[in-house]
Amino acid sequence: MALSRLSSRSNTISRPLSAAFNRFISTDTTPITIETSLPFTAHLCDPPSRSVESSTQELLTFFRTMALMRRMEIAADSLYKAKLIRGFCHLYDGQEAVAIGMEAAITKKDAIITAYRDHCIFLGRGGELYEVFAELMGRRDGCSRGKGGSMHFYKKDSSFYGGHGIVGAQVPLGCGIAFAQKYGKEEAVTFAMYGDGAANQGQLFEALNISALWDLPAILVCENNHYGMGTAEWRAAKSPSYYKRGDYVPGLKVDGMDAFAVKQACKFAKEHALKNGPIILEMDTYRYHGHSMSDPGSTYRTRDEISGVRQERDPIERIKKLVLSHDLATEKELKDMEKEIRKEVDDAIAKAKDCPMPEPSELFTNVYVKGFGTESFGPDRKEVKAALP
Amino acid sequence: MAARIHGGAGAGAATALSTFNPKKLVAPSRTNLPAITRSKRYIVASGSDASNKSLRVRHSQKLIANAAVAVCLLSLILHELLLFEALQEGLEEEMDRDPHVCVMGEDVGHYGGSYKVTKGLADKFGDLRVLDTPICENAFTGMGIGAAMTGLRPVIEGMNMGFLLLAFNQISNNCGMLHYTSGGQFTIPVVIRGPGGVGRQLGAEHSQRLESYFQSIPGIQMVACSTPYNAKGLMKAAIRSENPVILFEHVLLYNLKEKIPDEEYICNLEEAEMVRPGEHITILTYSRMRYHVMQAAKTLVNKGYDPEVIDIRSLKPFDLYTIGNSVKKTHRVLIVEECMRTGGIGASLTAAINENFHDYLDAPVMCLSSQDVPTPYAGTLEEWTVVQPAQIVTAVEQLCQ
Repeated sequence: MALSRLSSRSNTISRPLSAAFNRFISTDTTPITIETSLPFTAHLCDPPSRSVESSTQELLTFFRTMALMRRMEIAADSLYKAKLIRGFCHLYDGQEAVAIGMEAAITKKDAIITAYRDHCIFLGRGGELYEVFAELMGRRDGCSRGKGGSMHFYKKDSSFYGGHGIVGAQVPLGCGIAFAQKYGKEEAVTFAMYGDGAANQGQLFEALNISALWDLPAILVCENNHYGMGTAEWRAAKSPSYYKRGDYVPGLKVDGMDAFAVKQACKFAKEHALKNGPIILEMDTYRYHGHSMSDPGSTYRTRDEISGVRQERDPIERIKKLVLSHDLATEKELKDMEKEIRKEVDDAIAKAKDCPMPEPSELFTNVYVKGFGTESFGPDRKEVKAALP
Repeated sequence: MAARIHGGAGAGAATALSTFNPKKLVAPSRTNLPAITRSKRYIVASGSDASNKSLRVRHSQKLIANAAVAVCLLSLILHELLLFEALQEGLEEEMDRDPHVCVMGEDVGHYGGSYKVTKGLADKFGDLRVLDTPICENAFTGMGIGAAMTGLRPVIEGMNMGFLLLAFNQISNNCGMLHYTSGGQFTIPVVIRGPGGVGRQLGAEHSQRLESYFQSIPGIQMVACSTPYNAKGLMKAAIRSENPVILFEHVLLYNLKEKIPDEEYICNLEEAEMVRPGEHITILTYSRMRYHVMQAAKTLVNKGYDPEVIDIRSLKPFDLYTIGNSVKKTHRVLIVEECMRTGGIGASLTAAINENFHDYLDAPVMCLSSQDVPTPYAGTLEEWTVVQPAQIVTAVEQLCQ
């Protein structure tokens, strides 16, 4: 099918998938209503309904994007073991539904800021596979010019503010972005994401206090994968109901493995934040890999637990079942799609491996912005220029 | 740029804010020739209409002499004010000029600022631009940095510099490094300011000198103001700069009185200030110690020495050009600072001078710093922790033998 080959050449995932499937063009915009798997639990607010408006196109896009994210993370795993990726590498597989559902509910003007588990969210914000792999391998064409690494992916034009290594520090930053959105009257919101381990940081509560005081459009999203590195949540938090931790701030607990529940919750949260100020979303999710590549992930939890979650709650399987049950594609077509995705990822990796390392002079670029028109040179400089802007 | 006259400038009355003796710390008066030299450099530049007019400052002295006449006329329109009012003027002018500038800190809004630097601003600009934060330095510094990532230009005030230690993670990791780790995508045009230094018996925790802790953070600039003139100039420059700037003020200098030009001016962030040219020895100092040095200079002149006093102003990066020229002239260096001996600004400056100007030195670089102790409460003990003029005189005599 020539059309499917065309679509597989592009790296961007925002292209509609309709081109690949001739027979579905006519049913592309058919609305479908999907029930979330679990009801929402609310704190100080009314939970949204369990019926989510969706469409055929969205369902297929969800499947393809999540499969792409999963494939990318698995490929990063092998690259790490091949020592092409060094340092810390935190993988997101298992949690893809959160990234996808959030993207479906918001625009590129709404800001997202997250911690170090940021590869898939970067992709969701419009990042390219090539940029991702080049950055992970520290090459020149990486999204941060090779100077950030796995934990520092940013995309300013899509309002993706990264990519932060210190646990919890991104939440005050996120509230600051929300403040700037309010200051500039932008009608946009900020999703500040953090994990269940970071939920015990003091700066979170400080930032929440200020956001609630100043009515900032900040949405705090706790991706609760039940383990803060090696410590289970029941050993780290006296109260594991992270959505209630806001106290005076409303909260919503969401099944984070169900992309539609996430989408509904994010839509609800956006409306709420624009009117009433901050809200906390707790995404009940799970990660299959360990905390990072240095962590096998099985010393603090059993392999049965991991495979149990994989069998019962895997987000991609759920979408796959929905696609098959709504008769949008056959098993074979989905397998072909996965093969395409695998090829796409392999191509991106091959291209990234060919990319050169950054120039040595890059070491000193972007430390300062020479903004004020003042140039200072070494001790032997001949002249000093001071220009008023 | 037209001269601006602000309401705040008229309040020349010295307020009895602190208990210190104003006679001890008087700003250099107009008898100090370099004051004219200072102001004219930038006023001429601002007088021209082209936005990118650059002025060759290090050209011959003839240029200075010729321009001095023309500019003296401009710089004659002066108004007198206290240092905190100069800071306020600078802040107000920048907030008028650019709607993206906002102030956040504890008690900066309705209370007017614990050192009155933001007095009146909340009434003028409203609660969204002058923000009273709760007491959470870590969070509001983080919020300022997050807002700066989107394009706002917050001025974050630490009520006392020592409290900013709670925000060290945000300043070091996010403020300093985001421009680099994002590959240049984000700039953080934030100004972090506050009073620090040893005050009058404020106790150990409120007498911190944080310049030594922040000096190795890559990506930030640090400046220290010492007179109303450079306070206003540095505040404006820091706000306009695209880099994060930490502006160090001193608790005891807020009531200094000086006449500053009505015309708009900005000080160069990376440049040192020549306070008193001389021939025998270079004394490098900044902030409050400048006044101790000038006091010692009076004694030294009476004894027949001719010290060259430079207020380094820019703590990161050092203005090695001005310092180097001075060292090449005098061949002796004394550094007088208020930081602790270990790992302070003086230690870094000593290393930088030794590395770069070793051949020009006739004597080892001497550094007078505060003692490596927490600042005690008792008045006499506190006096002994910081460098006093008598010690400076002794050190100069020793170096000049």
